[in-house]
This record gives sequence, C-alpha cells and structure tokens, in this order.
Amino acid sequence: MQFSESWLRSLCNPTLSTDELCHLLTMAGLEVEECRSASADFSNVVVAEVLSVEKHPDADKLKLCSVNVGESSLLQIVCGAPNVAAGMKVPCARVGAKLPGIEIKRAKVRGIESFGMLCSARELGLSDDHGGLLPLAADAVVGEDIRRHLDLDDHLITLKLTPNRADCLSLLGIARELSALTGAPLLAPEVKAVAAVVADTRQVVLDAPASCSRYCGRIVRGVNARAATPEWMRRRIERSGIRPISFLVDVTNYVMLELGQPLHAFDDGVLEGAIHVRLPKSGEQITLLNGVTGMPGSTVALIADDEKPLAMAGIMGGEHSGINDATRDMFLESAFFSPAAIAGKARALGFSSDSSHRYERGVDFELQRKAIERATQLIVDICGGQPGPVVEAVSVAHLPSRQPVRLRTARVVRVLGIHLGADRIETILQGLGLAVERKGDDFLVTPPSFRFDIEIEEDLIEEIARIYGYDNIPSQSPVAQMAMMPATELSRTPMVLRRLIAERDYHEVVTYSFVDAAWEADFTDNATPIVLANPIASQMGVMRSSLIGGLVGTLVANRKRQTERVRVFELGRCFRRDASADRVAGFDQPLRLAGLAAASSLPEQWGAPAGRVDFYDIKADVEALFAPRRMEFSKTGHPALHPGRCAEVRLDDRPVGIIGELHPRWVQKYELGTAPVIFELELVALLETPFPRYAEVSRFPAVIRDMALVVPQSQTLAPLLAGLRAAAPAIVRDVALFDVYQGKGLGENEKSLAFRIVMQDTQRTLEDAEVEAVIANLLVVATRDFNASLRG
Amino acid sequence: MNNLDQLVISATADFAAATEPAKLEDAKARYLGKEGSLTALLKGLGKLPAEERKSTGAAINIAKERIESALTTRRDALKSAQLEAQLATEALDVTLPGRGLPRGSIHPVTISLDRIEQLFRSIGFDVADGPEIETDWHNFTALNTPENHPARSMHDTFYLQGADGKVQDDVLLRTHTSPVQIRSMLAHTQRFQHLETMPELRVICPGRVYRVDSDATHSPMFHQVEGLWIGESVSFADLKGVVADFLRRFFESDDLKVRFRPSFFPFTEPSAEIDVAFMGGELEGRWLEIAGCGMVHPNVLRFGGFDPEKYTGFAFGMGPDRLTMLRYGINDLRLFFEGDLRFLTQFH
Repeated sequence: MQFSESWLRSLCNPTLSTDELCHLLTMAGLEVEECRSASADFSNVVVAEVLSVEKHPDADKLKLCSVNVGESSLLQIVCGAPNVAAGMKVPCARVGAKLPGIEIKRAKVRGIESFGMLCSARELGLSDDHGGLLPLAADAVVGEDIRRHLDLDDHLITLKLTPNRADCLSLLGIARELSALTGAPLLAPEVKAVAAVVADTRQVVLDAPASCSRYCGRIVRGVNARAATPEWMRRRIERSGIRPISFLVDVTNYVMLELGQPLHAFDDGVLEGAIHVRLPKSGEQITLLNGVTGMPGSTVALIADDEKPLAMAGIMGGEHSGINDATRDMFLESAFFSPAAIAGKARALGFSSDSSHRYERGVDFELQRKAIERATQLIVDICGGQPGPVVEAVSVAHLPSRQPVRLRTARVVRVLGIHLGADRIETILQGLGLAVERKGDDFLVTPPSFRFDIEIEEDLIEEIARIYGYDNIPSQSPVAQMAMMPATELSRTPMVLRRLIAERDYHEVVTYSFVDAAWEADFTDNATPIVLANPIASQMGVMRSSLIGGLVGTLVANRKRQTERVRVFELGRCFRRDASADRVAGFDQPLRLAGLAAASSLPEQWGAPAGRVDFYDIKADVEALFAPRRMEFSKTGHPALHPGRCAEVRLDDRPVGIIGELHPRWVQKYELGTAPVIFELELVALLETPFPRYAEVSRFPAVIRDMALVVPQSQTLAPLLAGLRAAAPAIVRDVALFDVYQGKGLGENEKSLAFRIVMQDTQRTLEDAEVEAVIANLLVVATRDFNASLRG
Repeated sequence: MNNLDQLVISATADFAAATEPAKLEDAKARYLGKEGSLTALLKGLGKLPAEERKSTGAAINIAKERIESALTTRRDALKSAQLEAQLATEALDVTLPGRGLPRGSIHPVTISLDRIEQLFRSIGFDVADGPEIETDWHNFTALNTPENHPARSMHDTFYLQGADGKVQDDVLLRTHTSPVQIRSMLAHTQRFQHLETMPELRVICPGRVYRVDSDATHSPMFHQVEGLWIGESVSFADLKGVVADFLRRFFESDDLKVRFRPSFFPFTEPSAEIDVAFMGGELEGRWLEIAGCGMVHPNVLRFGGFDPEKYTGFAFGMGPDRLTMLRYGINDLRLFFEGDLRFLTQFH
C-alpha cells in the first residue's frame, strides 16, 4: 500500500516528523517498507506567467520571453522550449536556484541576457517528461514557491501490510490507526447523501448472496467523460501508485484509496435490464479489461445484466461494459463481496487487482452506501451529471457477523507478562474504535465492521500489546522447571559424524533435494521417482532417492572451476515412495550420509607420493565411521558403480549402505577423467554406538605367530578370515591379515595372504606345544576348507 | 713448582691439544699407559727409601687423580663436540610443510545450526526432526492456516505429482519447520496426557524447507529453525527474553540491538517480527529482519493436544542461512548450495 504523506496528514496530523511517523507505523505493525521524497531537492523555483514571447534575433530555435514572477519588474528569459506561449503559467527557476545537476546564473545566451530558466518536469526531477515546459494550472498564484504549489515536500510512503490488516488498505484506515496511536484527531471527510435529480434506477438482484451480500448501484446521467481530473486528485492517486486514466476512472480509484471501498463504473448505455449478481452458467466465459479470458471455477460470481456477463465480481470489470470517452450515462457499483468468495480467484487466473486484493482480505461491509455517495458528490462537483437514487440490495443473513469477544484482564497479564490494569486496557480498546462493555476487570468487545481480524481473546491481546508498544514489554529471563536431559551412550549425534568425516579431509556440501531426472536414472535403480508438480526448473524436477547425484554434480562443478582434487560429503534426506512408510503415509524419507573422493588420495605434497584414491582408501573412511563395530562388505551390483568394484555395506546382517567406484559409463558421460570413489550410508545405522563391555586385560605374555597362506587368486578374504576365526580356540585373541602378495615365487593364479595370530591367556603363560597345536589346526582348516597351502 | 705439578700441567695441556678421541688416547698413554711417565714414577717408588715412599706415593696418587680428572673432562668435551657436530648434520628444514591428510570442513550453515542447538540445549531445549515431504494437515491446517491463505497457493508451495500424473493435494514439500511443532506437541501430549499437569515442552526443530522462489536473496531450498516453549506460565515477555538472549549469544555481541514489532502469522497471536541492528561493522545501525515469532495460537495448541486455558507458549522461526551470512559477512545466499570448495574450505 503506497500513499502520500500529505494526504494522510489531511486526515490525521500528529506532531511528528516524517521519520517519527514512519517509525511509529512500523512499530505498530504497519511496516514502512519505503519512504521517499515526492521530488528531487531544489529551491528558488516559483510560479511564473509568460507575458510575451518574441523571436531571438540570432537563433531560430530560441525565444525571448518576458516573465512575471510576482515582482515589480519583469524578467527577460531566453527559452528554447517548443511549447512556450504567452499567457501560460510555468515554473521559473530564478537566478541562484539550485536544480538537480545545475545552478541557475545570470547568463548571456547568443548575446542576449537571460535572468533565469523556465523549467520542464524533467529539469525539476519530477518525471522524465522533457517535451516542453511544465504547464501549471491557469489559477496558479504567480510568485508562489513551486514546491508549495505542487506540494513537492510530500513523501511517498509504502507499507508492507500483513494480510490481517485490510482495514489499513485506505488512507482513512491508516489515519484511524494513527489517531489511535497518537491521540491526534481523525479528520474524516464529510460524506452527505447526494439527492437524486433523476428517477432512473436499475433493479439489483442478489442471486449469490453468499458471495455478495450487499450491492449499491446508482445511475448518473449526462456525465462529461472527457472532463479533466483536478490536479489535486491526480497528484494524490499518482502518489499512491495508481496511474491516472480518465476522470471517471480516477474518481473510483480515489474513493477506493480514500475509504477502502472498491468501486466500478459501467457505461449505462450498454446495460440491458436489471443487474444480477449470480454464479456463472456452465461454460460461461468473460473477457476482462486486462484481456484475460476465463472463469476460475464455478464459484466466482459474475455481475451481469439480463443478457450478458459484465464483470467478474470483486475482481475486474469486463472488456466492453466499462466507461469510455463516449460514455454519457454511467452506472456506479459499490458492493460487498465476501473474502471467501474472492480469495485466490484472481491468482488462479494469474493476476491480482486492487479490488481483489482488498476484497479477499476484507472490506468494511457497512461502507458501500457511504462510498457511492462520496463518489457521486465528486462526480457531480467536477464533471456534472444528474444522479438517480441509490438502489441497495442486501441479504442481511449473509453479511459478516461481529460477535462480542470476551477479554479478561488476568489473561492479558498472563499472556503478555506485564501488569496492565483494566483501566488502561479499556482506554486502549476505546482508542481503537472498538465497542467495549466492561464487567469488573473483564470486557465484552465487539469489533467494528472494518476489522476482519478480531475473533478471539488473543486477537484483542495483540491489539493491546500493539498500542501499548512491543518495545515497552520487558525482555525477561524465563523461570522454568529444570530437569536434566537424557544423554545416552548408545547413540551419537549427526554432528559427531560430520566432525569425524571432516577430520578425514571431506568437505561438507548442501545440495538441492530436487534433482535432474537424469541423475535418478543414472545413479539409482529408482524407476518411479517422486516428481514435483511445479518445479522451479526442469533439471530440478524430481526428489532425490540418493545423495550420489548431488555429489557427482558437485565434482563436475568444481572441475569446471579448476579444482581437481575433490572430497565432499553430504548429510541429508532421500525420498522414495513406499507404501509401508507411516510418518508421512507412502513416503520413506531416510537421512543418509554420503561421500565422494576424486583424484589423488593425498593432496600434492613433498615427500609423500600419492596414488589415485581407490576403493580401499575410502573403505577405511567407512570403517572409521562405524568403528569400533566391524562391518561386512559383500559384492553387489549398483547402477551408479563399477560392477567389479562395489560392495554392499552390512551391519549385523542388514544392508546399511554401499561403497564403490563410479561406473566407467558415468565417468565418461560426466567427463570426470578418472573414477571417483563413493559411499552412501544410512544415518540411522551410523548413529548407533555399541556400549563398551569390559574384558579382562592379561598380565601374561602374548605369543605371536605369522602364517602366510597361498590361495587361488579368486579367493576373497572375508570367508577365509571368518573360517580361521571360527576355528580358533579361546586363547587366540586375534587373527588379522597383514600382507597380500602376488608375483614372483607364486603361480599365475595364486596369491599369498599373510596372517598374524596373537595368542594369550589371562590365567597363565602359554606353552609352546599348545601354541604349535593351534597353528597346525588353523592350517588344517585353511587347507581343507579353502584350498590353501602354507607358503614355503 | 715440583715435577709432579709440572707433569699435571703438561698432561692437561696435551689433553687439550688432542682434538679427537684417538689423539686423546695417545696422550693418555704418554702419562698413564704402561710406558707412561706417571706409571714410571709409580714403578720407581719401590726404589725409594721406606720413609719417603709413603709421602711420595701419596703425592703421585694425587697427581694421577688430577690427570685422570683432566682426561675425563676432556673426553666429555670431545664427546659433546662430536654429538653436536653430528646433530648439526641432522638438522631439518623446519619450515617445510607437514605431511599427510589435511582436515576437511563443515558447512557454514551447519556450524550455525550446531551453535544454535548448543545455545538452546543450554537452557533445556530438546532438538526434534521432521519429514520434508509433509502432509498438508501438519504444514497448514494444524497451523491454523485457512484453506485460502496465500501461503497455500501454488506460487509458494512445491507440490508432488501423484502416480496418476495429477497434483497430489494431501502432501507437499514443507514450507517451514513449523509442522515439527505440531509433531512435537502431539508426541508430548500423548506421552504425558495422564498427568494432571504436563511437564514443559521446550524444543527446537532445525531443517531444510522449500518454497517456489529463486533469486539472489531467495533459494527454492533453505534452512529454518523453529523453536517452541509451552508451559503453564510462558509469556510474551519470556519470548522477548529468550530470543534477545539467543541473538546476543549467537552473534557474541552484548550490545546487539533487538526489536520486536507487530506482525502477522496464522499460527501465532500476538505475532512479532524480530529485527536486529549491529553496533559496528558494515551494517552498523541498520535494522535487519531476522525472525518471526509470537504466542502460539490457541487453535494450534488445541491441534497439538494442549488446553489453551491451562497452557500458553511461544514459538519462533528463523533463517540460519541469513544468520550465517550476517555472522561471516557472506553476501550471496547461493554460495551455500553451489558446493564450491574455494568457499567451503573457509569454514571448519
């Protein structure tokens, strides 16, 4: 809502500076978004009358003017404007005037002395119009300061109104608020009924009373559609951000801005019969003033005559029914459309109008007659015409009701935390124009017809807090019941995991949860991704079911910025349709932690040759995340990953993630050069931590034996190690792999796996014989079950 | 000066002249060895008359001890000189960089979220989490947002396409973290409904939220933190106290100015917008909108299972992205979501 400060001050004028006024409004909940001067800064420009115009002797395009600025002697001024003419009144910058960018001095122009400058609108910084001098009204007083004459010390104030404050979508509403805040009197315009001069009327029929419960209409005959809008009215609506169009349109806008009641003016000449407010017939369409054709559903009411639709009720007039330059008789509409009937309808057609904006938030339902009288008076005064009587159709049962709201002083004190007395509360309520009935310390408050946001006690408490001043409510440290919060050792927070993986040289990224459908196709086995109905861009069209796409995307983006080595992780949600999910039925939304590492395993540095990061580097990161729990890694297939270099990560026999090299196909498609290694893990599994169990520490010496086993190349470690561990008696504390060897000394399809076996007892020193027996037995198991032989 | 003194002086001088261990051992032999001069004197004792033997022997022994002591001193000196020489050859260029894996980084918004969690935990707030594909009921209805509220329009909210290709109208991408308020209230009231007076509910809910909006200051995905405190005597003055305290702790600035001004949210009444102004730096003195808050609307309390006559509460919602930008002087929201390592590595 934009408006002119001087217009507001004509309705309520507290002794506050412009800055103070803006601060007061902001702190009362009417946030001032912008406040700017109505014009550029300049001085010493006055209203002047051009008395005579002669040709400049030495220049074709220049003229010599004799100008009256209200002093005893006339000024000689050289002027080049094409529209300069004797008798016109124009702004004159006198010698010494400072205009935007120039200072006016006594000067010789082509040999002739000039004592000032006649100005265009652009030279005064009022607009971009540089077509000629700015013509002033014929009755302008010569010599008057132009700033006063054009009210240029005014400010244009823009409020960012919250949707509950529809009552402030008018100058009168803001003035009413200002009066409540400051106590300065409200100077509302006096509106009197305009007597009918002609008897002509149109019948009004309310066929959709739930949408329209009050409709005032009036014919005005013989209007002058070409009448000029008076300068003061033009200025006020322009400074409120509405473009002047023609007087009859301007006057409807003026009254809407002043009182908050949208009006519509029909050309009575095109109307046939009665006015109906009705729901559309099946398939009925209407073309609006802005060219939009359509009908947003069957619930939007139409204004129609006996033959045709004329306007979309409360939203916009129709293309052919509005007034134009040829209009002689007009039909003026001032109606109440219910917020529920208008809300969202214009938006559904892709626009918003000043009228729909007000109706969907709530227009005072007792304002219609007053507004039509106000508009009639202005029309008759300015462009003449003979008004008929006002026809008012009303469905009282459908008008909004205003129920009294109970307000308890004790509740105010409890909710706000301040000790306000009932007297103070009563004063505040009355200042807001609310009807108050007091019973001891409690009140029954009936909101006025212009407030649509007071239904419960809390709404009134907010009003009290607003007028009392949020600033005046103290900030207090609350008193609370204290109880210790549980702190379990059986789980850890996501932040702990983030720190852990960051310590291993991964950088955290946050990527979008909606991704390119191609990523879902390439990197997941999700054939039916969750599609957004209204994505912001097609490459952000589906919900991710894996974090891999975002990480690969991050790698690609960093490569474009010449960063070669990339190690990133993300902790976030993935989304998948799942009929068994119950938190939000049908959608499984697990949190996951995923990482990607590309290029060298170490950053380039002296003395530490680094190879390309490989599966086992990243496997160590995954193991560190889960430590001290031991994970199983089993061969698997995954659409994103190299079939021979990927594994499913399993914990206690359930899958908790995947790890592997990116599939060469995607390395090529996304132009990555070498394959990054990726892991993606279920957060819920990572958050669990085992509770430590104490095992006795032995005071007897440990015996260590190494055993190198030659096995077929195809033998994987896990089953062999599991077999050895299963076969080991209690004295074996650990069996661990410490070397893998292939090459010289071994057959082509063989490899050697070297194990270290640590044996120890908590009660005694082990004897050689039992140690040797354990080793011999392990070898037997390895030979028998895994086709292994001892390496010679 | 007698001969013995002369001998000690001469030996000390010879030892000092020996610049390496082998030469020192040669010099030692000349005095203390089998053929050494002192050894010769000791051997000669037997030839002396018995009355002289004792006193001369004692004098020779004193001289021998002095020579041996001089030898030890010199040996130690040579050894340390040798060690020093060796250490000198072993010296490293201590200015070469250390080797190994460096440290990664934590996203700046995560750092803020973690600090926010810690600050609120310190006054007894729990941390709750909720789904990002949310039901319309949790996101709007239970938050007292009527059917035709502008926030529900297709312009602001991301909706999903159902299996039939049509818009699925019962779920959406949550537009704020406020639905977690509802989930937390319901969990709390279900757990404690058997008690005459339920314990207080204090919780914050951080997470990602989504709106159809994208430019330099808006991202279609961003973060929010919701806070909620419900109890028997929680007031607007408490809300002001907690939020102002938080903002001053978060920005580590006791002189941070905080103001509350009336605003409107469907789920709070009274409602306020919170502005802050810094007392120094580039943004000095400018009021910056930073959060929305208010007293939980009675309808919302009812949806959450609380009796609004018995319980009151406050809620607030703020944008950690903006808090982070202000704290670190970051000027473009989009940097948070672009994964540019040159940006990310600045935080840890």
